Amino acid sequence: MTTTTRTPSTGAPGDGPAQRQPRLLSGSLPRFAPPAVLVAAALVSAGVLAALGAFSWPGTAVLTALLYLVAIVIASTAAENARKAKDRLVTGVVYICFALAMLPLLSLLSTVLINGLERLDGYFLTVSMNGVTPSMDAGGVYHAIVGTVAITLLAALISIPIGLFTAIYLVEYGKGRLAKAITFFVDVMTGIPSIVAGLFVVALWMMVFGPGETNGAAGAVSLAVLMIPVVVRSSEEMLRLVPNELREASYALGVPKWLTIVKVVLPTAIAGLTTGIMLALARVIGETAPLVLTAGSSAVAINWNLFDGQMMSLPVFIYAQVRMGGAINMERAWAAALTLIVIVMLLFLAARLISRFFAPKLGR
Amino acid sequence: MSTTDSSTAAPASQGKRRIGDVVFANTARGSGVLILLILAGVAAFLLIQSFDSLSANTANFLTTEEWDANTRENPAFGVAALAFGTVLAAAIALLIATPVAIGIALFIVYYAPRRLAAVLGYIVDLLAAIPSVVYGLWGIGYLVFQLHDFYQLLERYLGWIPLFSGPISTTGRTMLSAGIVLAVMILPIITAMSRDVFQQVPQGHREAALALGSTRWEMIRMAVLPFGRPGVIGGAMLGLGRALGETMAVAMILSPSLIISPFLLQSGNQTIAAHIALQYPEATGYGVSALIAAGLVLFAITLVVNMGARFVVARRKEFS
Repeated sequence: MTTTTRTPSTGAPGDGPAQRQPRLLSGSLPRFAPPAVLVAAALVSAGVLAALGAFSWPGTAVLTALLYLVAIVIASTAAENARKAKDRLVTGVVYICFALAMLPLLSLLSTVLINGLERLDGYFLTVSMNGVTPSMDAGGVYHAIVGTVAITLLAALISIPIGLFTAIYLVEYGKGRLAKAITFFVDVMTGIPSIVAGLFVVALWMMVFGPGETNGAAGAVSLAVLMIPVVVRSSEEMLRLVPNELREASYALGVPKWLTIVKVVLPTAIAGLTTGIMLALARVIGETAPLVLTAGSSAVAINWNLFDGQMMSLPVFIYAQVRMGGAINMERAWAAALTLIVIVMLLFLAARLISRFFAPKLGR
Repeated sequence: MSTTDSSTAAPASQGKRRIGDVVFANTARGSGVLILLILAGVAAFLLIQSFDSLSANTANFLTTEEWDANTRENPAFGVAALAFGTVLAAAIALLIATPVAIGIALFIVYYAPRRLAAVLGYIVDLLAAIPSVVYGLWGIGYLVFQLHDFYQLLERYLGWIPLFSGPISTTGRTMLSAGIVLAVMILPIITAMSRDVFQQVPQGHREAALALGSTRWEMIRMAVLPFGRPGVIGGAMLGLGRALGETMAVAMILSPSLIISPFLLQSGNQTIAAHIALQYPEATGYGVSALIAAGLVLFAITLVVNMGARFVVARRKEFS
């Protein structure tokens, strides 16, 4: 089949394929031009910098990017036209923007990994800083992990019911002014600076318990203030995805509204709800500023009691160690940062996996 | 939409309402009201607790630069320098982050291969998942050393602009360093909002532009950017709100001083949030109350910015 159709075209008399190029494509750079120009730009800039004795990776990258943009514009203006040259320039800039975003992410993850692994081991994870002076080559983050777990759990315990019920109100009941006001102010609340949430609890605690009272519960309340709007937002979105037919079918069977919500709506959305809550947890688990104010920044011993005395947490531990500033302190800070990032990433990953594998099959 | 009508859905024909329904509905409404109360409480408690120090303050709170509040006698403090530093840091972050974020959003929506787009968006979101204290650690433990050469170049070639005049800080713990880290932190917020609106540009607009023979950039300039502008502005304002309130990165990186200084390459300035975090553990006398007053100013600034952002974003929804 193919051979028979091909024969006439190859056997056509006269000019080769080069001259038969359609007019529309005549003035365009070949597809391999941009990568080729990029490689050339990289080689030239590396060579120039090396010749000047000033070779460095960042310098090469910046020079390569500039050289590439100039070269591709010149080439395109010569072979194509000014409009296409502009298009190629923008394409280059957009790619560079994305590379710019990847740069800090890779740099941050690799520095934390490299520096953190120096000190992160079983010992570091299982001992506290009790009786360890700041510059002693000992001590670990166990007390901070305990604090982070306890404070975050209490914060979740406060914010999940409030957030979930608010989302239910907005989706199932909400109408009129009140619902509109709640939606708007939940959005506004998302933007409260974390330190203001800490100050709020400081002010509240001062009025209720008197000055100078710091404990884990205060930290949990401040984290809850930050977590509630996130839970409301994500839960609301998930509940709105539940098809109305399911609700109507339930009502048609005479099921009361509240049972419909509990037995039909929530189970349908459960995967999405869990994902949203885990993402909210991942967000507040790294909060530092409110905890410095409310749970204290100088606890060294293991403390499981949320209502008694200062409580260390992983982010505050990093901050406190950096403030001390010694070499050992920085090592501890890097190792704690690695621990924290691993915890956050695990939460993030778990959230994605849950939403991926347990999501209800809505579309047919 | 998918909200159900409670008045018609509730079995009104039965004459009496079920206990379960009443309890459940009121719990749900109560949670919503509680959120409003919390927000009102934040403002109220900050006001009440700051009143103490503000009435004892011997200086003008809004125009004074120094911070002498850790005393019981004649405290004199003000937020002028702090407010300036806060706005300066956020402005630097916004100036750097917005163009890059627009570029990233365009890349993800219109340039990257379709299969990769979702993964790339997810990777950019990872930037938002990293705790701010880790950004601070990265900034002070790694980035400031890397930036030193760059600052020398800036000072050598652009030193005639007052912003970049020397002598540059040897530690690199400057406003520009803090602003750069803040820019990285708000990048994912602006990117996410921009990406959302860019994806919603009607296909008809885009195809019409392409059918007229425009290049990809012309299509973006004529169809995508005008449509997406409110979303980008809203995203930028949300990022601004985050940058204004960010504490840890600034507290750890910047070497602070309470003066109004426009020199980005020298140490100096301080933001409200970082000032609160650094001063709180040592606050005595009117100190805590004064810090709460500063927090109130920050709260007011971010509230205005965030409400503005929501307003811009909401208005776009009505039009599209």
